Amino acid sequence: MDNNRRNFIKIAGITALLGIGTGVPFSVSAYRPEEDKYLENKKSINGKRFGMVIDTRKFQTEEDFERVIKACHDAHNVPENLPDPKQEIKWIWKDEFKHVFPSKPNPYLAEKVKHREFLLLCNHCNNPPCVRVCPTKATFQREDGIVAMDYHRCIGCRYCMAGCPFGSRSFNFMDPAPYVDVEAQNPDYPTRMRGVVEKCNFCVERLQEGKQPACVEASNGAIMFGDLADPESEIRKVLKENYTIRRKEELGTNPSVFYIV
Amino acid sequence: MLEKALYGDKKYWTWIIFLLAVIGLGSIFYIMQLVQGLTVTGMSRDVSWGFYIAQFTYMVGVAASAVMLVMPFYFHDMKRFGNLVVLGEFMAIASVVVCLGFIIVDLGQPQRLMNIILHPTPNSILFWDMIVLNGYLLLNIVVGWTNLHAEHKRLPHPRWAKWVAYVSIPWAFSIHTVTAFLYQGLPGRHFWLSAIMAAKFLAGAFCSGPAILILFALIAKKLTNYDPGREAIKSLSKIVTYAMLATVFFFLLEVFTAFYSTIPGHTHTFVYLFKGLHGGNALVGWMWVMTVAAIGSLVILIPPRFRNNQELLVIGLILLILSTWIEKGLSFVLGGFIPSPLGTITEYVPTVPELMISVMIYATGLLILTVLWKIAISVKKETGNA
Repeated sequence: MDNNRRNFIKIAGITALLGIGTGVPFSVSAYRPEEDKYLENKKSINGKRFGMVIDTRKFQTEEDFERVIKACHDAHNVPENLPDPKQEIKWIWKDEFKHVFPSKPNPYLAEKVKHREFLLLCNHCNNPPCVRVCPTKATFQREDGIVAMDYHRCIGCRYCMAGCPFGSRSFNFMDPAPYVDVEAQNPDYPTRMRGVVEKCNFCVERLQEGKQPACVEASNGAIMFGDLADPESEIRKVLKENYTIRRKEELGTNPSVFYIV
Repeated sequence: MLEKALYGDKKYWTWIIFLLAVIGLGSIFYIMQLVQGLTVTGMSRDVSWGFYIAQFTYMVGVAASAVMLVMPFYFHDMKRFGNLVVLGEFMAIASVVVCLGFIIVDLGQPQRLMNIILHPTPNSILFWDMIVLNGYLLLNIVVGWTNLHAEHKRLPHPRWAKWVAYVSIPWAFSIHTVTAFLYQGLPGRHFWLSAIMAAKFLAGAFCSGPAILILFALIAKKLTNYDPGREAIKSLSKIVTYAMLATVFFFLLEVFTAFYSTIPGHTHTFVYLFKGLHGGNALVGWMWVMTVAAIGSLVILIPPRFRNNQELLVIGLILLILSTWIEKGLSFVLGGFIPSPLGTITEYVPTVPELMISVMIYATGLLILTVLWKIAISVKKETGNA
């Protein structure tokens, strides 16, 4: 009796080990989005480190902002008017100088800058703390510098939200589907489920088709997008000619979004 | 040995059924959270971790505190802890289960939990926390159960178990260090970004954990006549006192750095917590209760005359638990999120479902603790060790 039980446990144990030993590596190797590359596509816009320059002088009216924000929200099915505003989803939004640049406090700031509003979005940091802390590689840095999300791998631990010093990440506290504008919905981009984190993705899906990011396209030239790693690129020319600032540079995350003030 | 949990008096079973009922009630709220999402909690975009993660943090400390018995007993051969050490190990088991429970209920997609193992990511501190917590759980189960089983069979503790106990000593330090690293390495969260955090966590653990253990052991003594030993309680309350002094000292170091440097990132959260900032003051009352309770506990614990008086000791320990809980189980996690990275104030108040789910997890921990202690005390009494 005792001997039988011992044998049973032995066989069961070996079987279980074999199962785990083969199953785990297989399932791991089968699915590695963090190593995904661009599908080679003649049209696609390629780069080594994508970045953005926002000319805040060109955002004058409410309409300038709304147009850009709506373009982004429509392209990515971002839910709006959630029942609890504290749990809202933000990809690109606006705020005043003291909130956008809290490490540059200045009580005598030039009037025009003090009352100006600034666009905020994910900085796609070159040294992203969100990627460092994610326990599942659900958020990862692509070879082109874009900090991307895999909504299907995210476990919703929200460590990345604690890690991000820019408040650029949002969590789907509830099912977002009922709050996505049905009329403007983009069937080519997935809607998210509740319980995962999301943020601006620099429009990777549009770059692949050779299109500029939605906000850039809608900005009438107020936002510029390009490859920071290419010294000949248009964006580098703009950076050379204009004084720009970045958010919380002192933290060393090396943001890729620049502001002309 | 497990069968000992099945024989108990009416009081025992009433307590077990009560805990099961609480767990059942709480699970209704958890199902609600699973269906509707974390929107049923008070958490928000700005305060993205709340009551759950704060309880997790506190209970990691309680789990780690078993080392304050394991080290003297196994390493320094302090025999007086003989009756208490297994209770400490079993309390560590229950505490780690509570910790894991709080992590799981905090997840937006709990069914994907295994992604942490399927896609191991060593650059994430959460990955290491998973390893050290589960390892610590296993170590305590192995040591506690093996040694108790040996006593049950009236055999000496196996030698190998002693070595496993040695491993569990640094391991206990590691669980709270790694838990502190979850917070203290994040750029832009100034309240957490301090090298003293791990040390403060450990000091807080080594007073709050043994304090809870002493209280529970005294309750067990009253209910079962199991005597943990007067000398053991005396020694342990001395450890509690020193650890509490260290905790308060470390806290004051933070306060000094913040207010002597007057760097806004360092002062803002303290101002928010103790005075209120930009109209936000949800935690002010709590923080002053914490302060008064901490002082009160030290007034009782420091003079040996008070500390060795059991009635006073109990009051001192309750005050200590209250103040350390407010510090680590409430203000520490929230303080990292308020003010937000944009300098705004979003207040946080846990909701009823959130609290009920937390009660469910604590009740689960108490159930495990009750069953394990029941077994341990039955064995100890049977072998005439009590």
